[in-house]
Amino acid sequence: MTDLGTLIPRNREIHPPAYDVGYKTSVVRSPTQPLLSMESTLTEETGPMFGHSLLGPLDNNLILNYTQGRAPAVGERILVHGRVLDENNRPQKGVLVEAWQANAGGRYRHKKDGYLAPLDPNFGGCGRALTDENGYYEFLTIRPGAYPWPNRGNDWRPMHIHFSIFGTGFGQRLISQMYFEGDPLIRNCPIAATIKNRSHLDRLVAPLDMSKSRPLDHLAYKFDIVLRGRRQTMFENKMEGM
Amino acid sequence: MVQKLDTLEETPSQTAGPYVHIGCIPTFAGVEGVYPEDLGKRAIEDGAKGEVITITGSVFDGTGWALRDAMMESWQPDAAGKFPGQKGADPKVNGFCRFAADGETGEFTLKTVKPGKVPYREGGHQAPHIALWITARGINTGLQTRIYFEDEDNEGDPLLSRIEQQHRRDTLIAKKTGEGQYRFDIRLQGEGETVFLDL
Ligand SMILES: [Fe+3]
Repeated sequence: MTDLGTLIPRNREIHPPAYDVGYKTSVVRSPTQPLLSMESTLTEETGPMFGHSLLGPLDNNLILNYTQGRAPAVGERILVHGRVLDENNRPQKGVLVEAWQANAGGRYRHKKDGYLAPLDPNFGGCGRALTDENGYYEFLTIRPGAYPWPNRGNDWRPMHIHFSIFGTGFGQRLISQMYFEGDPLIRNCPIAATIKNRSHLDRLVAPLDMSKSRPLDHLAYKFDIVLRGRRQTMFENKMEGM
Repeated sequence: MVQKLDTLEETPSQTAGPYVHIGCIPTFAGVEGVYPEDLGKRAIEDGAKGEVITITGSVFDGTGWALRDAMMESWQPDAAGKFPGQKGADPKVNGFCRFAADGETGEFTLKTVKPGKVPYREGGHQAPHIALWITARGINTGLQTRIYFEDEDNEGDPLLSRIEQQHRRDTLIAKKTGEGQYRFDIRLQGEGETVFLDL
């Protein structure tokens, strides 16, 4: 709670509308009244901050964290990494990034998931990281499988990782999903399609990043995340540069 | 072509989906052993100053069904109106809490302290309130709302006073059901729809 300042109002055009007939559950869970818009207050400009004492050494390693290092999860090893920035292009330092995903077969370790694919005894499916001084985070994980879900007759989720990101203000709170470059299921997915503009959806598609891939070990995908920014005065800008 | 702005656009939201618990409250979801305990388990620690209160409620969809899969987060100041991290804030108040609807009943419970009023610009203030953020499958962008209290002076609150219809304003006000007990139901759609916020 160090970085006070009015939050830049959300550009709702880039976010999916609440109601989308293609994503059936949204039909009865979407408000019909307009949102009440107002300039942010101290309530939204402040937010919880988490320290390094929160994190265990394997928290950002989904291959090992479920067994605490005893046995690795099954699947194609990948590194997912990127930066958390704000709309002013400033790195967000020390912010918490949480991730969760299905295992290599497309199955979640969740009592509500009854998909045929088996559970992996060595895979829990969650991880977390704090961004460093430059806003960087990384997760070592396995590539999640695509999975079917009850919506229309034959809907499948593309491979994806769920992300939850805290900024420095509660009003910056964001949950989204990362997709993988080249996955043909993206274009058929009704959840991906809740984002109406393909150029906005493309911002959720992580490219293969051979520069971070490690020979004989893992491939890498790069996923940058942008949170709402704060309005800055010219004076504050100058102070920053000093 | 006009000049290019050097600002960025926010990352678009996607639904938290039905398995949000795995990522945010894994122990609650039965994924044990990854973290010592779930993040945001308690809004307050023992010894927090002020009145300890319990807020109970449900999140109802447009058919009147209480969601069993909703995950919520709250953020609030201490009893004196100071947010964690602010100078002089009560160290026993975490301010942040994560909680989920019960998988059987759809009911949630938040145990915390009654927040104090918070300064607003030009010497004004905001009435005591708790910020609430709601996610679930079928919610494409997390929904922001606020919990105010019927036994507090809500006159002149800058947010509430923007809502013209009294019955809509009432959707943000928790009802007192007993000593230190409040009820706050959220209606996502239709009759009695909760006022959701964009700030
Ligand atoms: Fe998923």
